[in-house]
Amino acid sequence: MTGAEIVVEALKKEKVEVIFGILGGVLLPLFDVLYKKEIKFILTRHEQAAAHMADGYARATGKVGVCLATSGPGATNLVTGIATAYMDSIPIVAITGQVATPLIGNDAFQEADTTGITRPITKYNYLVKDVKDLARTIKEAFYLASSGRPGPVLIDLPKDVQMKETKYHYPEAINMRTYRPTLSGHPLQIEKAAALIENSKRPVIYAGGGVILSGASSQLRKLAEITNIPVTMTLLGLGGFPGEHSLSLGMLGMHGTRYANYAVMESDLIIAIGARFDDRVTGKIETFAPNAKIIHIDIDPSAISKNVKVDVPIVGDARNILEELIKKVKPLSLEGWHKKINGWKMKYPVTYKKDDDKLRPQYVIEQIYQLTKGEAIITTEVGQNQMWAAQFYKCSKPRTFLTSGGLGTMGYGFPAAIGAQLGCPGKIIFDIAGDGSFQMNIQELTTAVLNHIPVKIAVLNNGCLGMVRQWQELFYGKRYSYTSLGEGPDFVKVAEAFGARGIRVNKKSEVKKAIEEAIAEKKLPTVIDFHVEPGENVFPMVPAGAGLNQMIGGLA
Amino acid sequence: MKKKEHLISMTVENKFGVLARVAGLFSARGFNIDSLSVAETEDTGVSHMNITVKGDEKILEQIIKQLNKLIDIIKVQDLTSYDCLERELILVRLSAVNRANIMKIVEIFGSQVVDVGQKSVVIELIGDSHKIEMTLKLLRPFGIKEIIRTGKVGIRKEGEK
Ligand SMILES: Cc1ncc(C[n+]2csc(CCOP(=O)(O)OP(=O)(O)O)c2C)c(N)n1
Repeated sequence: MTGAEIVVEALKKEKVEVIFGILGGVLLPLFDVLYKKEIKFILTRHEQAAAHMADGYARATGKVGVCLATSGPGATNLVTGIATAYMDSIPIVAITGQVATPLIGNDAFQEADTTGITRPITKYNYLVKDVKDLARTIKEAFYLASSGRPGPVLIDLPKDVQMKETKYHYPEAINMRTYRPTLSGHPLQIEKAAALIENSKRPVIYAGGGVILSGASSQLRKLAEITNIPVTMTLLGLGGFPGEHSLSLGMLGMHGTRYANYAVMESDLIIAIGARFDDRVTGKIETFAPNAKIIHIDIDPSAISKNVKVDVPIVGDARNILEELIKKVKPLSLEGWHKKINGWKMKYPVTYKKDDDKLRPQYVIEQIYQLTKGEAIITTEVGQNQMWAAQFYKCSKPRTFLTSGGLGTMGYGFPAAIGAQLGCPGKIIFDIAGDGSFQMNIQELTTAVLNHIPVKIAVLNNGCLGMVRQWQELFYGKRYSYTSLGEGPDFVKVAEAFGARGIRVNKKSEVKKAIEEAIAEKKLPTVIDFHVEPGENVFPMVPAGAGLNQMIGGLA
Repeated sequence: MKKKEHLISMTVENKFGVLARVAGLFSARGFNIDSLSVAETEDTGVSHMNITVKGDEKILEQIIKQLNKLIDIIKVQDLTSYDCLERELILVRLSAVNRANIMKIVEIFGSQVVDVGQKSVVIELIGDSHKIEMTLKLLRPFGIKEIIRTGKVGIRKEGEK
């Protein structure tokens, strides 16, 4: 078998349903095999989008996403997408073409040191120089991407290796002496955690993306319901616990709810699950949860005690650990604590100005939430749109809120929505977008149109780079330096030019109908251009450098 | 605050890219590697790396955790926290003017003259940092023309856990 044939056979073995990407000279041998259409290939219009599609597919389905790009510029175009997946621990396998092995290092045409460039943004990467290593490499790549703390793995594949012949043998088992993720938690540590929980008076569960990655949502719910402990989620943790549950505190952190942040700050025990105490979550770290003991459950030992000192670390898979922990906990009587929290919930609901006719972005998201009954998959871009989506779309299920949390990549949401739709064909998928971000991968409208992918893009068009503008307004004396997007394109015409549907909404009264129309559309992507109030800001907010309880704005 | 020197000892897979991965973890955090030595072990598939660095303890602890996480790393130890033997080999070229006196010092410290030329002599020093610094201090007045150091290597003593 040739190297190219081995790649396709191996991908079939790994049950890959779809590959996203763009070809080029050095990938011609591989594409000659893909020509047989044994695996679906989605030709994107930019490689960055291909990586985000693989990522969106992976987040929505829990399977490994696959993207493919040619050498040089194809590979460098993937970089943002790979880095996005890396920061959020998303399993993707990226395959890049490389110039033929004798040319490597010679500044050959379209050569880039792809493994060098991607080394710090991949969990692991390979340059395959011998076709005999190819099958094993692919097997390892899928295993590494999806096990332990997941992440992107890249395989750089020279042209001559695709053409060389060897005997095909796909290994059944992996034998890596240096890679053995710890999966089950240490029983003694679990005992200690249970004891801390039993003696706590003001506990809070702080759930991150790890809950979703390990499939621990139902265990998390059990833990919370048995013990009555309230749950707050990170941006990546949303959907890991039902947003409407009475024990839910919503999101914490910079744009979290006041009640979540107050609860964390006043807690005497934080149970962190698959979360990493990111600076957007802790606020000023020195003042973070001063009276709390911390239990930290994480599969990555290097995440523990990185930002805050942890009292009881438990390294392992969140689902396994919670499964054990549940057996050891009892109902807690937390009436006083709940009374306090409910007081905050009553006093500080997440809200916005509703008593006029102005079209506000928050209203748009509330309407999408209601009309999809909370059951859509939501992807977001980055900026205000992302934070409003997190605040007002109360996801109830894991893998339904897809957002670039760690890297904060504008242009993520739309291609991620396409990837998610390919993994979940029947689902309603909305990309909650800003007009700035959408323009970063708007070319993928073609991809969605040609492949009949009926994702819906809700552009919260405020004519500016809203989130940055917000910081200029609040912290830079309203000096709006280059955050206006000017007249901007007519998104309805743009959509139509691509062959997609475009709907413009100027008034609050038109919102519902437009969303319903988009939901009813089963074939074409639909862009709804919501001309929202331009000056609207995301509140509440923890200013940079402030403590979590020093929130501003957002009072009812 | 004076930063403590750490001698980090690692067994790693002997393949291309590993050194870059290790070095990348240090450089990404603005850490300078003071010395580095790499060589195969008795198992040719495995290499041994010794790195000395100075830096903030907390960041270093994080780097060691990250090193442990690297797929190609078999084992990482910060030898500084153990009772260990450490050695370095140094070649020093000195001006040959004072050859007789140089010989005396060399003898006292159990070093060796490994090359003698018209204008210069080359001395080989092996020892722990203390011995090497002492010897260099005494040799300096004779005019050191060149120093080549291997960087430190270390091994734990028996019975140490
Ligand atoms: C690729 C990229 N470039 C720049 C930024 C910095 N940035 C963060 S939010 C933001 C504004 C986003 O504007 P828009 O997409 O219109 O969303 P809005 O905040 O108005 O909802 C910018 C420029 C980023 N996150 N990503």
